[in-house]
Amino acid sequence: MPIHDQGYRRYGGTRAGIGRAWQVMTRAGVMSIISKRQFLGLMLFAWAPFVVRAVQIYVSATFQQASFLAPKGETFREFLDQQGAFVFFVTIYVGAGLIANDRRANALQLYLSKPMTSAEYIAGKLAILFMFLVSVTFLPAMMLLLTQAIFAGSLTFVSNNLYLLPAITLFSLAQVLLASTTMLALSSLSKSSRFVAVMFAGLFFFTTALFNALRGITGRTSFAWLSPTASLEQLGDVIFRLPPRYQLSPSLAGLTVLLLIGGSLYILSRRVRGVEIVT
Amino acid sequence: MTQTTPAADQAHPLDAQRFAGPVVQCQNLSVRFGKSWALKDVTASFPAGAVGLLGPNGAGKSTLLKSLLGFIVPDQGSMKVIDLDVATSPLEIRERIGYMPESDSHIPGMNAVSFVAYCGQLSGLPATDAMQRAHEVLYYVGLGEARYRNIETYSTGMKQRIKLAQAIVHDPDLLFLDEPTNGMDPKGRDEMLELIHDLAHHKNVNLILSSHLLPDVEFTCDHVVVMDKGTVATYGPIDALKGTTGRVYELRIKGDETQFISVLRNEGFDVKDSDEDVMRVFVPGTSGDNPKVLFELAARERVQVRHVRPSVPTLEDVFARAVGEK
Repeated sequence: MPIHDQGYRRYGGTRAGIGRAWQVMTRAGVMSIISKRQFLGLMLFAWAPFVVRAVQIYVSATFQQASFLAPKGETFREFLDQQGAFVFFVTIYVGAGLIANDRRANALQLYLSKPMTSAEYIAGKLAILFMFLVSVTFLPAMMLLLTQAIFAGSLTFVSNNLYLLPAITLFSLAQVLLASTTMLALSSLSKSSRFVAVMFAGLFFFTTALFNALRGITGRTSFAWLSPTASLEQLGDVIFRLPPRYQLSPSLAGLTVLLLIGGSLYILSRRVRGVEIVT
Repeated sequence: MTQTTPAADQAHPLDAQRFAGPVVQCQNLSVRFGKSWALKDVTASFPAGAVGLLGPNGAGKSTLLKSLLGFIVPDQGSMKVIDLDVATSPLEIRERIGYMPESDSHIPGMNAVSFVAYCGQLSGLPATDAMQRAHEVLYYVGLGEARYRNIETYSTGMKQRIKLAQAIVHDPDLLFLDEPTNGMDPKGRDEMLELIHDLAHHKNVNLILSSHLLPDVEFTCDHVVVMDKGTVATYGPIDALKGTTGRVYELRIKGDETQFISVLRNEGFDVKDSDEDVMRVFVPGTSGDNPKVLFELAARERVQVRHVRPSVPTLEDVFARAVGEK
């Protein structure tokens, strides 16, 4: 159509069915994040431990003298623990502005005036963070397992430690869900992504400091439920069949994580609305 | 500027599929915020075409639009938009409507064409079609040359236009426009009103225009629903409301003006004080065709009529009568 003839005209094409808007949101969100060089740099850093571990596995599989470097079940647990730092940074980088920026620009009313429920909006935003967090936890851990099988030239280690497959999946899922829902809930509470980042960091540092202070005073670790990080560590030990590090019932640790995820989803359901009513 | 071409003005075959019944129906709709009622027992029907939702600030116009969008759940009553129940089919409704909010709204970090195409995709258009239509509607609203600029760098007027563009990109059956000329300079305001008029009268888009500006509604709409204090004060075709049996006179007197106004009101006339001691008096009934009744009352009250002139009834008179504005 020539430019001089362009104007408003009727649309006779096909339309996607209802319920797909969240995919559009996720795609746009992911594309927007990966177009940032800073973020690509962060992802490179996040994969550095994988490269180190892969070299370690290669050396142990190739040289007999280095067999002490051979991976064990707990190697994967340690690896995921290490990745916790990157989970923290990626969550802050990607998640802080996810809803806060929309609130600042009054975009919620635009989103929710489209054929999209607030649950779809939350799912779309959650999926963005989820994808990036999975790519620094579950994905490298699974690739590490695969690397081991490739360098060893057999599936013996994998078959002897078959529990690692569900353990990596479950623990990564707990890490990712806890970080993403908490961050998204905090992001829905403010219009400033910087403030959200500070709140998120504060939440994790403050709770950890509180737990450590109580541990120092009482000499007991049963207060680990106060810290989401400690609760997750305790849960991870149980999932990876390791002796628990704190005097805390695993079910209580699991309950803490579930409560945080549930509470975050509740906050999101209250905050993601097309209109803010102040009475 | 509005770009209309002869080709664009021709009826499109798809126009026949455009919804033609009452686009919105409200039945006993009530919305309460805390202790105050934002909408109280509103029963109204909005016909197809361009309908103005008129009322002073706080009359409940935006609350009504937000209820129709499903953002606010009413305390009682029911609503239908393009024959679909708001309570049970909100997504089907939102698929077929476009909403231009009152406040500044955009998706951060996007340029205009990405933003409008994104909104098109969110409304269900395939990516290629959404991008093509984004370019077209941006030209249509007059942002063609600025379509690759980040929206955050736009002026207030441009932001109003981009809100309109995102509302029409998916070719909705019904448009909700909430104070579309807010913050615009006179030239921009005129252009926006031209666009809205064109959409309603040449592109056959049904629309509901919420505004407290009478000239905006009068220029763009054929019907009006006047709201006041959360209730519907009056509604109907603008021409019919303006042409109610009776006549408006501009009147200036010498004497006790307050007393005379009170007498006129007691006689059942609507009186609106305007500046420079000229009042507008609506004389209802066929007797209104002759100002004799005003002279008789003036003589009885011993005031001098210094100026009397029949006037054309405006929407302002309709509004003043409806909301009882003094």
